[in-house]
Amino acid sequence: MANDRIEKRIELKAPVSRVWRALTDYREFGEWFRVKLDGPFVPGEVSHGHITYPGYEHLKWVAVVRKMEPERLFSFTWHPYAIEQNKDYSNETPTLVEFRLEKIPTGTLLLLSESGFDKIPADRRLEAFRMNDGGWTQQMKNIENHVAQKSSSQGV
Amino acid sequence: MSPRNRHRRESEGRASAPVFAALGDPTRLALVARLSRGQPYSISQLTEGSWLTRQAITKHLRILEGVGIVHSVRAGRESIYKFDPQPIKELKQYLDLVSKQWDEALNRLKAFVES
Repeated sequence: MANDRIEKRIELKAPVSRVWRALTDYREFGEWFRVKLDGPFVPGEVSHGHITYPGYEHLKWVAVVRKMEPERLFSFTWHPYAIEQNKDYSNETPTLVEFRLEKIPTGTLLLLSESGFDKIPADRRLEAFRMNDGGWTQQMKNIENHVAQKSSSQGV
Repeated sequence: MSPRNRHRRESEGRASAPVFAALGDPTRLALVARLSRGQPYSISQLTEGSWLTRQAITKHLRILEGVGIVHSVRAGRESIYKFDPQPIKELKQYLDLVSKQWDEALNRLKAFVES
């Protein structure tokens, strides 16, 4: 809860070189991410495109490519859930998305992290919620459990 | 929660998202944990059994109050603090939403590279 990042790990039954291409070739990235990009990813440059995810085709994709360390690290910054068409998000601090690749016997271990959510304005978060009504009750339970665990070791 | 606070939060939104920052401190997290059980507490009650001074507890409560996680009401000479789950719910839901989006994207990536 007090944590401002998302972390995922997934094992892929494909060689590191294959996964690297799927991540960093802009056409391949677009296939699975569902975005049509205008051109290749270049570190330090802005990547433009359009979301192709059904129902969200009106949304633009804008990200700044940060690092491309072959077969190891690919990262970019962006504004997650920038869902209002006419709103300018450029003044907000973006989040950082990092893909790290590791070779494992069965193929590739992919570690994904997205960090920097503490900088996202609260009203923006609310916008995103309006799109999605998740199970509040369960989420509150999770928070309670989490807080309860933390507090037992703090002793205020 | 006072009507004024509710109004401010819902209509204008907070300028930034300090909820994460407010919870990034173990003392405040522990205070929230205690208050989140539902019962309101006075500063004296919160100070009791803590190794922190009344002043320190007050300072931490003010920070939590500033982001709307707790609200205080005067009761005689004491301020009583009460937990408000809303900002934490909002924050947790936001992360869950982005997290779910990544799960779906990574599953599509998996299908894509394994085919």
